[in-house]
Amino acid sequence: MKIMSFAIAAGLAVASLTTTASAADITGAGATFPFPIYAKWAEAYNKETGNRLNYQSIGSSGGIRQIRAKTVDFGATDAPLKGEDLQKDGFVQFPAVMGGVVPVYNIQGVSAGQLKLTGEVLADIFNGKVSKWNDPKIAQLNQGVKLPDASITPVYRSDGSGTTNVFTTYLSQVSDAWKSGPGMGSSVQWPVGQGGKGNEGVAALVKQVPNSIGYVEYAYAKQNNIPFAQLQNKNGKFVSPDSKTFQAAAAGADWKSAPGYGISLTNQPGEEAWPITAPTFILVPKNPEKPEQVAEALKFFDWSFKNGDQMALELDYVPLPAQLKDQVRATWAGEIKNASGQPVYKQ
Amino acid sequence: MVALSQERLVSSTDAPVRRFSPPTFDRIFRFASLASALLVLIVLLGIIGSMIYGGWPAFSEFGLSFITSSVWNVNEDQYGAWVAIVGTLTTALIALVIGVPLSLGIAIFLTQLCPPWLKRPVATTIELLAAVPSIIYGMWGLFVFAPLFAKYVQIPVSNIVEGMPIIGTILYARTPSGVGILTAGIILAIMIIPFIASIARDILDQIPSVLRESAYGIGCTTWEVVRNVLVPQAGVSIIGAIMLGLGRALGETMAVTFVVGNANRLSGSLFDPGSTIASRIANEFNEAIGLQLNALMALGCILFLVTFTVLVLARLLVSRVKVG
Repeated sequence: MKIMSFAIAAGLAVASLTTTASAADITGAGATFPFPIYAKWAEAYNKETGNRLNYQSIGSSGGIRQIRAKTVDFGATDAPLKGEDLQKDGFVQFPAVMGGVVPVYNIQGVSAGQLKLTGEVLADIFNGKVSKWNDPKIAQLNQGVKLPDASITPVYRSDGSGTTNVFTTYLSQVSDAWKSGPGMGSSVQWPVGQGGKGNEGVAALVKQVPNSIGYVEYAYAKQNNIPFAQLQNKNGKFVSPDSKTFQAAAAGADWKSAPGYGISLTNQPGEEAWPITAPTFILVPKNPEKPEQVAEALKFFDWSFKNGDQMALELDYVPLPAQLKDQVRATWAGEIKNASGQPVYKQ
Repeated sequence: MVALSQERLVSSTDAPVRRFSPPTFDRIFRFASLASALLVLIVLLGIIGSMIYGGWPAFSEFGLSFITSSVWNVNEDQYGAWVAIVGTLTTALIALVIGVPLSLGIAIFLTQLCPPWLKRPVATTIELLAAVPSIIYGMWGLFVFAPLFAKYVQIPVSNIVEGMPIIGTILYARTPSGVGILTAGIILAIMIIPFIASIARDILDQIPSVLRESAYGIGCTTWEVVRNVLVPQAGVSIIGAIMLGLGRALGETMAVTFVVGNANRLSGSLFDPGSTIASRIANEFNEAIGLQLNALMALGCILFLVTFTVLVLARLLVSRVKVG
């Protein structure tokens, strides 16, 4: 009897699983950084169309693993896949939204937005080469600001993350010592400092430890009122992070220069460009086994490109430029095909 | 009369057994209970097997240096577990040093000294501590405990010990952030107290009160009763309770990840950040690929091995004490 009822319950569970995964349900997995905006888009999309998106923010490499195993309709990653990997796995890659990473600090007597740094000095700080706030290298950039004679505590993300990847990519671009030392990656061997788990862990440490400096996603810093520094961009101008300077970084970019739009937006030229800007990417199979599911996923991103810009800005993300969106749509139409060679996405 | 009641007894025990337990049901029941017992074993073997399988590439790539090396460099795919192993053992040791005396104090107070009206509230509070999810301990540790710890312990202590030999290294905080090995140990101590305390309390409760009363009767003080009667009686079981606590301390993940500081560096100071095996896995598993994933699996194997060794040692200790 027990076994019978168990069997029935198990049967029901399987049945309910299969019914919830109906055609209009899109599944995706990957990067945690864009999760809030995907969730917001999904909510609005569901209200309008009734279709649901089930996005699991399990981390970028988890997303890549899942799409390789074909357990999801799309994967999401902060660090773009290289051309050869896209070729090998048969993926189409496109950007979905952009964001920025900002250095946040806690220095007594220095107010929010007052601190100015160059990329090289930032790299030296995280490398342990500049260890005092009144170091001549920092003082020279901040004339008129009273910097304390105190040791700097760098704070980094202890968990592997796209944020760290973007940040260390930038440091590698602006500092040879960083490039040949810790290098770039979603987690690197930090020579000095302390690690906090997640944006919230870094933010908590920076708030608690006097004379510390860390890095978090812009949205997180802004929503929690953590002071962030100005950075010198490639044109030599000091800029503050906001949606305007992120957009400026995207404007000068040559998206076609890398396969799968896989460019880095760090250290872009432009008078107004914020140097640590980054797009986050979506991966879908070129020749999907379930073309109707991929079509639904593309419909969702198409809808979000059309209707989601304001929502992105509200959450301090940066929408893609209109021209880039058209390029992405053309890529969908041209490269993603079903078994009979027909394009899955219809414009 | 006697014969009759015996006969009745026999028939009354026999009959219902026959009526409600036909041999087939018995067999099914035996099989079902055997299967549940075996299931645990199979699951355990499966976990060990898959971890060894997953960790094998890392073990074969680095050999023994996987354990002895303190390099953990994801970019160059170089992995060594030494820092994490040391961190795991140090934090667990600190947790025991702080947690065990407190737990035993609680247990002895509750069973021997506590006025009856206070017994229930204190006991319930201790048990509630065990029900707090570990992420709450982590958050509380990072946002509440760490700032206070930095302000009232790390900074003053560092100022006092600065420049002294040995202690000036062990208890000197270069950056008093509140997080680090010692903080993790303290949070762990709070987490294992309810386990050790409630088991120790149950054990002390089970000691026949005749023993205690006769000891008091020949004029022993409370201390002498505890020291010479209760502790020797309960000793072995209390070691068992401590080992349970140690097992939890070695494997605790979330709470430690928040407060340990997550630095892959060995340091002489307990105030400096470090990392543990469990925190390393929690931090990196999400984004791990390739050899890094294998290395994390191998770390899991090592944690398994450490925990297993500790439990075996505990068993051996217990059996030796029993024989002695």
